Amino acid sequence: MDELVSLVNWSRGQFALTAMYHWIFVPITLGLTIMIAIMLTRYYKTGNEEWKTMTKFWMKLFIINFVVGVATGIILEFEFGTNWSNYSWFVGDIFGAPLAIEGILAFFMEATFLAVMIFGWDRVSKKFHLVSTWLVAIGSNLSALWILIANAWMQYPAGTVFNPATARNEMINFWDVALSPVAVNKFLHATTSSYIVAALFVISVSSWYLLKKRNLFMAKKSMLIAAIFGLISSIMVIFTGDGSAYQVAQKQPMKLAAMEGLYQGKSQAGLVAIGILNPKKDITNDEKPYYFKIEIPYLLSFLSNRDINSFVPGIEDLIYGNEEHNILSAEEKMARGHIAIQTLQEYQKAKKANDTATLAEISKKFDPNTKEGEQFVNNYFKYFGYGYLNDPIELVPNVALTFYSFHIMVSLGFLFILLFIIILIYVWRDTIEKKKFLLYLGLWSILFGFIASQMGWIVAEVGRQPWIIQDLMPTVAAVTHLSVSTVQTTFVLFAIIFTTLLIAELRIMFNQIRKGPDNFKK
Amino acid sequence: MFEQLSYNALQGYWWLIISVLGAALVFMMFVQGGQSLIYSLGKKEPQLSLILNAIGTRWDLSFTTLVVFGGAMFAAFPLFYSTSFGGAYWLWMLILFTFILQAVSYEFRNKARNFLGAKTYEWFLFLNGLIGTISLGVAVGTFFTGGNFVHNDMNFVSWTTNWHGLEAFANIKNLLLGFSIFFLARILAILFLMNRVDDELLYVKSKKQLLINAAVFLVFFLSFVFAILLGNGFAVDPTTQLVYLEKYKYFNNFIELPWMGTLFLIGVVLVLLGIATPYLKNKKLETKGIWFAGFGTFFTVLALFLCLGYNNTVFYPSLVDLQSSLTIHNASSSRYTLIVMSYVSLLVPFVVAYIIYTWRKLLKKKFTADEISESDTAY
Repeated sequence: MDELVSLVNWSRGQFALTAMYHWIFVPITLGLTIMIAIMLTRYYKTGNEEWKTMTKFWMKLFIINFVVGVATGIILEFEFGTNWSNYSWFVGDIFGAPLAIEGILAFFMEATFLAVMIFGWDRVSKKFHLVSTWLVAIGSNLSALWILIANAWMQYPAGTVFNPATARNEMINFWDVALSPVAVNKFLHATTSSYIVAALFVISVSSWYLLKKRNLFMAKKSMLIAAIFGLISSIMVIFTGDGSAYQVAQKQPMKLAAMEGLYQGKSQAGLVAIGILNPKKDITNDEKPYYFKIEIPYLLSFLSNRDINSFVPGIEDLIYGNEEHNILSAEEKMARGHIAIQTLQEYQKAKKANDTATLAEISKKFDPNTKEGEQFVNNYFKYFGYGYLNDPIELVPNVALTFYSFHIMVSLGFLFILLFIIILIYVWRDTIEKKKFLLYLGLWSILFGFIASQMGWIVAEVGRQPWIIQDLMPTVAAVTHLSVSTVQTTFVLFAIIFTTLLIAELRIMFNQIRKGPDNFKK
Repeated sequence: MFEQLSYNALQGYWWLIISVLGAALVFMMFVQGGQSLIYSLGKKEPQLSLILNAIGTRWDLSFTTLVVFGGAMFAAFPLFYSTSFGGAYWLWMLILFTFILQAVSYEFRNKARNFLGAKTYEWFLFLNGLIGTISLGVAVGTFFTGGNFVHNDMNFVSWTTNWHGLEAFANIKNLLLGFSIFFLARILAILFLMNRVDDELLYVKSKKQLLINAAVFLVFFLSFVFAILLGNGFAVDPTTQLVYLEKYKYFNNFIELPWMGTLFLIGVVLVLLGIATPYLKNKKLETKGIWFAGFGTFFTVLALFLCLGYNNTVFYPSLVDLQSSLTIHNASSSRYTLIVMSYVSLLVPFVVAYIIYTWRKLLKKKFTADEISESDTAY
C-alpha cells in the first residue's frame, strides 16, 4: 500500500512539475500575443516605424517564451496516458475530445500563423501579416479554452453517464461538457488572470528601460498599453474569481472549506481577509484552527450561496456529516461507493457467465433514464469514487497549502489593480520616469504575478484532492502501475531538462532586453 | 449527417483520420530527417544555416502533428492511449524527451548567452532527428508486433514486463521500421532542401547523400515489408470478436481490399520516382522529387495504417493475452463521442488548406545564403 501511495505522490509530483513549468510561460503567451497584435495594429494604421520596432521587440521576447511553453505542453498531453492510464480509459470518452479539438482547432492555427508572424515581415502582405498576428492571439487563447474545458470537467463531471458494459464514463451531451458553468468560469478566470501576468511582464521590462533612461518611447507606450490591458483584465478577474468561488462552493464544498480553513460550518459565515493557521490543527483534534484572523462578516456565506444567512459547511461537517443541513458523512458516502463498485462487479460476473437476465437487470440501474436508474445513480453511483478510499481522512486536502495559496492569490490580485491604476495615472501625466520607487515596484511586479498565477492552480488542484475526477475517481485508482523508481527517474530527468531550459530562456531573454529593440542581431 | 452512420462506420472513419494523421506525421518528419543531416550536409556555414532555416521555418509542423495524433488517439481510441502510453512508458518518454529538445533548439541556437552554446542545441536537433524518428518508427512497429499487456475487468492495463516499452527495441521488425523511417525522413529532407535552397555546393552534396540514404532505406524498408507481409498477422473474428493469428494476414488485407493494395503500391512507386528525379536528365523535374516522394510517403504510410485497422484486423496486439488485443471496435470511444468528433473533423480540410496557403506564401522564395545573413528573424 505504501508503494502505491508513493507512486501516486511521485506521479502527481511529475504532473505538477510539468504543469507548473508550463504555467510560467503560458500566461505570458496568452496575454502578450494580444498586446503584440494591438501594437502591430497601431503600426498598420499609423505607419510609424517606432511601433514596428516595438512590435518586433516584444515579438522576439514572445517567441523565446513561447517555445518553452510548447516544449512543456507536449509532455502534459502525453502524461495523461503515460502516468494516469486508468484515468485515460475511465474518462477518455469525454476528456479526449477537448484535447483533440484543441489540437485540430487551435494548435495548427497557432503554429501556422506564428510562422507567418515571425517570418512574414517581408514575405507576405502587411495586411496578411496583421491578420496572422491576430490569429496567433486567437489560436493561443483557443487552445487554452479546450484544455480548461477538460480541466473543468474533472472538477465537475457534467454531460456524462457511466456505461457498465465498457466500464467507463461516456459523453451524452457535448455542450454540457463544453459550456458547463465551471468550464466557462475556469476559462475566463484563467485567461483574464493570465492577461494580468502578461501585463506585469510588459510593465516590468518597460520599468527597467525607464530606470535606465533608455528607449523611452517604447517603454512608455508599452506601459500604457499594459496598464490599460491589465486594469481591464483585473476587473474581469474580480467577476470571474467571484464566479469561480461560487462554483467551488456549489460543486466542491471541501475545497472551499480548505480555502478558508473552515473546520466547523456556520451560517452567516465571514470571509477570512488575513489569517494565520494553527499548524497543529487537523480534523482529529480540538485545537483552534487559527492563531489569528481578520474576517469580513457575512461575505463567505454571500459568495458561496448569494445569501448572507446561508450555511457554509466546514471540513468536519463534510467528514462526519451534518443531518440538519442534509450532508452525508464520508463513511456513508464510502459505503455507498462500495455498493456501486460491487454492483459493477456483479455486472461483470454476469457478463462472464453470460447471464443475460442479471445483465439486463443491472444495466437498468446504470441507466439514468429509468426510475430505478435515476435513484441508483443519484444515491449510489454518484459516490463511486468514495468506494476506493480506505479512510475518511483521505478526503481532506492539504488545508494550509490551499488556504495560503488562495489568500496570497487574492491579496496580490488586489494589489495589482492598485499598481495598474497608479502607473496609468503617472504615464498619463507623463511623469512616470521620475517615480523611481514605482518603477522598481513595476520591475519586480512580474515575480508576484507568477506567484499569484501558480497559487491559483494550487488552489484548484491541491484543493480538490484526493480526486482526479470529483467524487468519481481518486488519484489512487487512476495512476499507471509503474515502479516508483521509474517515475522518480523521469521526474528527475524532467526537472533537470525543464530547469536547464528555464535558465537558458531567462539568460537569452535578459540579454535581448539588455540589448533592446534597436539591435536584434547576435 | 454523421448520426446516420453506423457505429462500425464511425470507427472506420476515425481510423481513417488517425491513419491520415500518421501518414502526414511521417511525411512531416522530413524536418527530423534534415536535423539528422546537419553533421554531413551542414558541416560548414552557410550550409548549416541554410538547412536549419529551410526546414526550421516549418519545424512546428511535425511537432504539432504528433501532438494532434496523440490527442486524436485519446479522443477516438482511448484504450490505445491508456494502454500504449501507460505501458510502453519508456519508449514514449524517449520520444517526448527528444521533442522537448527540438522545441527550443531552433529558437535558442543562434541567440547570445544561450547557456548551453550553439553546438549543444545543434546536437539536440541531431538527437531529435536520430532518436525521434527511429523511436517513433519502433512505436509504430508495435502496431504490427504487439506489446506485453493485459486488461482487467475495468479495462485497466497492466504491463507484464518491467522494460516498459524498451523491449520494443529488441524486436527486429520494429527496428526495421524504425530505421526505414529514419532513412526515409533523410531522403525527404534531402529532396526538400534540393527544392527550397539555392546553393550549388549543398545541391551537389545532397545528390551524393541521396543515393546512399536511398540504398540503405530500401534494404530496411523492403525487409520490413516482406517480414510483415509474409509473416503471421493478428486477425479478429467479426462475429465472436475472438482474436487469432492468421498466416499472411497483412498480405491478405492488401489482396482482399484491392484499393488499399493499390494505394500502397502507388505510394512505393512514387517514393522511388521521387528518389530518381534528381538523376533524370530533366531540368524541370530535377528539384521536384519532394513532391513525388512526399505524396508517395503519405500514400504508403496511409495504406499501412489502414491495413491495421480495416478488414477485421488487430491494430495493437497483446502478446501475453491475445484477447486483450485492440481493434478499432473494442478500443474506440462511444458512438456519441465519435459523432461529435466527426463534426470537428470537418475542419481538417480547412486546416490543411490554410497550412498549404501560408506555406506557399512563406516558401515562395528559395533560401539563399545572402538572405539569411541579412535577415533578423533567421535561425
